[in-house]
Amino acid sequence: MIVRKKDRVVVLGITGKQGTFWTEKMLAYGTDVVAGINHKRAGETHVGVPIFATTAEAIEKVGGDVAVMFIPPAMAKDAAISAVEAGIKLLVVLTEHIPAQDVMAMHAAAGKHGTRIVGPNTAGLVTPGECFVGIMPAFVPSVFKPGRVGVISRSGSLGTLVCLNLTRAGLGQSAFIGIGGDPMLGTTTRDALEMLDRDGGTDAAVIVGEIGTTMEESAADYAKNMTKPMVAFIAGAAAPPGKKMGHAGAIVIGNAGSYGSKRRALESAGVIVVDTPGQIAVAVAAGLRAGQTGRKIAAGQGKPA
Amino acid sequence: MNFTEYAAKTMILTAAGIPVPRGILCTSATEASVAAANIGPCVIKAQVPTGKRGKAGGIKLAASPDEAKKVAREMLGMRIGDYTVERLLVEEQAEIVREFYAAVLHDSTARKPLILFSSEGGMDIEDVAAQKPQAIRRLLVDVDSKPSSAEIAQMLQGLKLGAAEEQIARIVARLYAAYRGHDAELLEVNPLALLVDGRVVALDCKFVLDDAAIFRQGEIAKSGAPAAMTALERHAAEAGLKLIQLDGNVGVLANGAGLTMTTMDVIRHFGGRPANFLEIGGEAYTKSEIALDLVLSNPGVKSLVINFCGAFARTDVMADGVVKAWHKLKPKIPVFFSIHGTGEVEAIRLVRSELGIEPYDLMEDAIQAAVKAAQ
Repeated sequence: MIVRKKDRVVVLGITGKQGTFWTEKMLAYGTDVVAGINHKRAGETHVGVPIFATTAEAIEKVGGDVAVMFIPPAMAKDAAISAVEAGIKLLVVLTEHIPAQDVMAMHAAAGKHGTRIVGPNTAGLVTPGECFVGIMPAFVPSVFKPGRVGVISRSGSLGTLVCLNLTRAGLGQSAFIGIGGDPMLGTTTRDALEMLDRDGGTDAAVIVGEIGTTMEESAADYAKNMTKPMVAFIAGAAAPPGKKMGHAGAIVIGNAGSYGSKRRALESAGVIVVDTPGQIAVAVAAGLRAGQTGRKIAAGQGKPA
Repeated sequence: MNFTEYAAKTMILTAAGIPVPRGILCTSATEASVAAANIGPCVIKAQVPTGKRGKAGGIKLAASPDEAKKVAREMLGMRIGDYTVERLLVEEQAEIVREFYAAVLHDSTARKPLILFSSEGGMDIEDVAAQKPQAIRRLLVDVDSKPSSAEIAQMLQGLKLGAAEEQIARIVARLYAAYRGHDAELLEVNPLALLVDGRVVALDCKFVLDDAAIFRQGEIAKSGAPAAMTALERHAAEAGLKLIQLDGNVGVLANGAGLTMTTMDVIRHFGGRPANFLEIGGEAYTKSEIALDLVLSNPGVKSLVINFCGAFARTDVMADGVVKAWHKLKPKIPVFFSIHGTGEVEAIRLVRSELGIEPYDLMEDAIQAAVKAAQ
């Protein structure tokens, strides 16, 4: 799920306002957008990209490894499943508010065809200096720069802030992986963490989580055996219980998904959990220094006073 | 979207062929007494879309029309949770032999529908899970198919359901079909009861409709219970914005759920109290003008944090809305900005030139200043 320059990208819903705006941004940044999909405008060219009627046809004519969806919720399931059946390997679902039973059908189809879904309700994937897929400000130099810190985030806006703080501290990123704000995701925090653990270009991982679901707890379980330094920030400490905090996945019911549960799980796995996003870069830098001397950093260390 | 028991029973269960007790919806004590005369010994149940009605005094027996009238008079107007009781369900008393639990819900980890059945009903399923886990059975279903009779029979095996098993199996299959057909987030029958006469009947029902599916469940959604909201929260909802009013004094305007929650967290981290959650992320980022109006309408607000970090949401568009609203509303309270990401150069220029305010570089600094100003 780290996107590369060589990945051929198909944009579903390329002719809409957002599809147009972000396709231009992706092309300008270096993403290899090879096709757009719109069955009514097949044969035309839009922002310099050829349009095909279906993903299957696009793959046949120009190839395609990654698909990204600018598709409204009511049409998202059909678009996703047709991309999956066409053989797309990675499907980035930006759409928010897709009915949950449609999301389950998308995941079932992806499982059957070996497609990895990122999202729904993700802001996308960025490999700074190389390419991006989605709706992230990859092209804003104060936010992203190439480097060796991997960032996993359920939120686009908060993930942007975290990358900005890292960049400001001189810490570039190997990858930004927006996993999405929905409760049922194709790629979980743990999946993304496993990938960053294996990635040779990543020296440290930052987890930007939030209340709701048990994804951070599950990631903590994997983190126990990781040696790369890890820092986390979990949003929602001040959120009232029982309320959906904007994201469909950000809700605490009883004890499940609470801030305390996530923080305890991560800290007991050796992940440094900071109180504000501004503390992340300091903690990552401390973790990297400790890593160079071969010692695992303890929770609480590396936090500014 | 939540539903009352009566709406769930009539629109979902009865429509699916799942038996429920005979009942009449009433809005006055007189109606309740007439209903009781018709039904006989009855149970009177407050129709509010919230749990723990029994404990709150919202479920009572009545043996006669006079008693029904008295109970109804006490119950109508009562507050249960965030709701006022305006409707009562007068239902025939069930002679219960045994109580079960059945539900269909999303399993987020498996990303599949999950059927839950328990041979112990009438209590919270969490309590059953803690005290008698062996009573609970789970069946994951592929969303594109449905549970086969063999799968349901296997799930129920060993629970010693006796003669009731066949009826229960049929009800479970119908419950799943109703969950799929009506885009339920949760469809729960607790208790599902075996009666003296041998029938298995749904005595209570909780139905939660997936908010994201309301566009294709219009008929059902019309019967949904309005969420308990403050006047300000309702105004926001009417404008298509999600606002949660809190008891603090630092107003929050940020884009995206994650950044908004974080802004609240950092306010608390510096010893302050957030006044609201208000998200203008996603497509809502163009609504910053109305959003600011809403935040400032909260009488408790003493200072304001405006924290933008643009990705999809363009900070120049959001800042433009804020500037317009500011000129119109002319608020007297201090405001503290932090602006980064897509469109930041133009956004910062706008705030400087139009409001004469210098945004803070770090959100922590802007928030700390706002907390101080509110004290």
